[in-house]
Amino acid sequence: MLASLAVASSLLAACGGSSDSASQSITLYNGQHEQTTDSLVAGFEKATGIQVNVRNDDEDTLADEIVTEGSHSPADVIYTENTPAVQFLQDKHLLADVDPSTLAHTPSQYNSQQGQWVGVSARVSVLIYNPALIARSALPTSVLQLSDPKYKGLLAFAAGETDFQPIVTSVAHTYGDPAALTWLEGIKANAGTHVYPDNETIADLVNRGAVAFGVVNQYYWYRMGAELGASNLKAQITYFAPHDPGYVIDISPAAILKSSDHQAAAQKFLAYITSKQGQEIIAHSISFEYPIASGVTTSQTETPFDQLQPNPITIAQLGDGATAISLLKKAGLL
Amino acid sequence: MTTTWASGDGRAVAVDVAPTRPRTQPRLLIAVSGVVVVVLLAPLVFLLIEAHGVGLDTVVHLIWRPLTATLLWNTVRLTVVVTILCAVIGTSAAWCVERTDLPGRRIWAVLVVVPFAIPDFVVSFGWASLSTWVQGFRGAVVVMTLAVYPLVYLPVAASLRGADPGQEEIARSLGLGPWKTFVRVTLGQARSAILGGCVLVALVLLAEYGAFEILGYQTFTTEIFTEFQVSFDVPTACALSLVLVVLSVVILSGDLVARGRGQVARTGAFAQRMSHRHPLGRARVPVLAGFVALVGLALGVPIGASVYWMFEGGSHALTGVSIVDAGWHTALYSATAAALATVMALPVALLAVRHPDRKSKIFERSTYLVLAMPGLVIALALSYFSERYVDGLGYQRAPLLIVAYSILFFPLALVGVRASVAYAPVSLDEVARSLGHRRLAVFGRVTLPLVGPGLAASFCLVFLAAVTELTATLILVPTGVQTLSTQFWAYQQNLSYGQAAPFALVIIAIAAVPSYVLARYFDRLPTRATAST
Repeated sequence: MLASLAVASSLLAACGGSSDSASQSITLYNGQHEQTTDSLVAGFEKATGIQVNVRNDDEDTLADEIVTEGSHSPADVIYTENTPAVQFLQDKHLLADVDPSTLAHTPSQYNSQQGQWVGVSARVSVLIYNPALIARSALPTSVLQLSDPKYKGLLAFAAGETDFQPIVTSVAHTYGDPAALTWLEGIKANAGTHVYPDNETIADLVNRGAVAFGVVNQYYWYRMGAELGASNLKAQITYFAPHDPGYVIDISPAAILKSSDHQAAAQKFLAYITSKQGQEIIAHSISFEYPIASGVTTSQTETPFDQLQPNPITIAQLGDGATAISLLKKAGLL
Repeated sequence: MTTTWASGDGRAVAVDVAPTRPRTQPRLLIAVSGVVVVVLLAPLVFLLIEAHGVGLDTVVHLIWRPLTATLLWNTVRLTVVVTILCAVIGTSAAWCVERTDLPGRRIWAVLVVVPFAIPDFVVSFGWASLSTWVQGFRGAVVVMTLAVYPLVYLPVAASLRGADPGQEEIARSLGLGPWKTFVRVTLGQARSAILGGCVLVALVLLAEYGAFEILGYQTFTTEIFTEFQVSFDVPTACALSLVLVVLSVVILSGDLVARGRGQVARTGAFAQRMSHRHPLGRARVPVLAGFVALVGLALGVPIGASVYWMFEGGSHALTGVSIVDAGWHTALYSATAAALATVMALPVALLAVRHPDRKSKIFERSTYLVLAMPGLVIALALSYFSERYVDGLGYQRAPLLIVAYSILFFPLALVGVRASVAYAPVSLDEVARSLGHRRLAVFGRVTLPLVGPGLAASFCLVFLAAVTELTATLILVPTGVQTLSTQFWAYQQNLSYGQAAPFALVIIAIAAVPSYVLARYFDRLPTRATAST
């Protein structure tokens, strides 16, 4: 019954959209990297004729703005780097249901269980290190070892970066909150002044030898290589041991605002970016994210997605990141 | 020869010399000023509403946590160190330019001011992109000192130029050595200007975001931004902002206390004459080397780094708005905001100078509270009021951003407007009125032309600041629009230095014009009118 209602409503929405799509425009709140979004938007505009106004900002800022804006939010679609921001909006009942046909593009474990956001692409956490400062064999194989005092002064991480929260959540999920807190205090002591605002800074400083190693997502290293050229790429990356709690897949999701007046066009955007066509753009993009929908695989020279051996934590268990934030606050990192 | 006692910053002078006769209360002026003050204090009201919303216990709990101690330590130690460095560099540079036979004085007078036009985040980008040595506390000290010392230089140079050189001569003739004369007499004359400059430096440090974000240095302001970004947590951001406001109020009131005590006697308020310039003698070469180093570090490094990255930057991976488009929007928003802020400052300045009483003093002082609030808070407050009370009117539209700029930089506008209003003799207005002109006509035909240059200076100051604004712009900029600073920021954040660099250079180029105009303006202005900036 519910399913048929959903199909019916999406059909209605689709009909409504077809009449006016030519002159339509939608507003996209983009918390995803502009490298990824811009090429997707260009492809979508070309394919549908629907214009997309993009507002770029940090994903949590955008989520906050949507909450503040309430029923007259200018946003139609939100597209973020990580799931907690959309999970947060879903919990606040601000999201509309995604077309089941769009959800079907992506393996169900990478979608919202409530069907209100769809997974678009994925990244994976890695260690980035400078071989001149630390040997690969000396690096930790488990995220827990990051708090080992022997890494004092060598480690960098970005406590305020949204990519770091899923790792904290994963550690807390595996070892419990008290152990996670002790661990955070340990890595805080190890990092000292090397607590940076974002992963780009970590990648850059490790590459330039200002700090030995750090925790980032894989694509920062690939992007840095593309920007600087292979000869200037001093840093290397390596993975944690298979299924380690620090070995986390992050999903970049997209969702439609319940308050949107352009539901049909918004649904089309989600359908497009998860379609074969949209995923091929991600697959060839210099954003180095993994396509995860419509059976497309990355064309870049990175470890294939299906060969990764991440921790089995689910999206639902990653939640809205509230536990991670509260632990980070207790550790004095936020 | 009349002897006039003036407060060190010269505020009282213009009022004292023109005998004020009892006048009727300027009701219109008071009403308009009142409205301006209410608008300016709206962000503070927003903070209090948010704090009240979550309750005092929660606010205390939010403030009383491990991170606050770190932030307090980071913020305070940086503020103290940089303020002292700026005071030393700014004062000695000003003394060398104004009181010695330094070769090329006129050129140095401009070159040492121009770094003020380079946004702090560009200075920071320049240094951090060239060397990993410039990071954290060390980096923040280097970058911020080089970026903001002109805030001390400008008022001190102006005050030294106007101060009576006779005092130094008398001190010397009474047998005081050159060093003691400098410490006791010269520094005494410039004391209020130095303090005023230091207060501005400290306030800028409290509110800085971009530079510290690049340098990986955590202060209250960067953390407020992080809280806002990471944890959907407006109340926490607001609680931290309240701490910031308290810190700023401490600085502002410290200034008031210090200023209230110092009284500098001046003989012949209008008898300005060239002071005898101290010959540098053998110190000439090291002093010149010092100036070359200062300008090289403050101006050469950021510009040099930008030029370097423009040619050496990697593949141009990102798309963004064109530099022309960003430049146009930046100029449009900044110029409109500069005009608005100047207009808003006029009634408050007129009231403060022409009708000095308790009410006008409170009005004037309360506007300085704006200095205590970072751009982020002002942007959040305006979004909040727009959403809550006018159904989202103006939200993410240009007018709201322009209002945000006008609030944010109102104190800068007030500085210039106040100085020129103080300089325009009220007696001319009175003559015009006695000739039968109505008050508004007098304002248009006498007051405005007299204060014109000062208004232009205010316009330039606000324009300059708005061109380089980042945090409020990030939140309020219309969807699909980028300003020079937001586009620079987007590229810089993605390590696309090659693409960021041209934007940095255009910002510098645009900001250099008004800063040159300003340097010339303050160069010519008699000191008694420059209310300690």
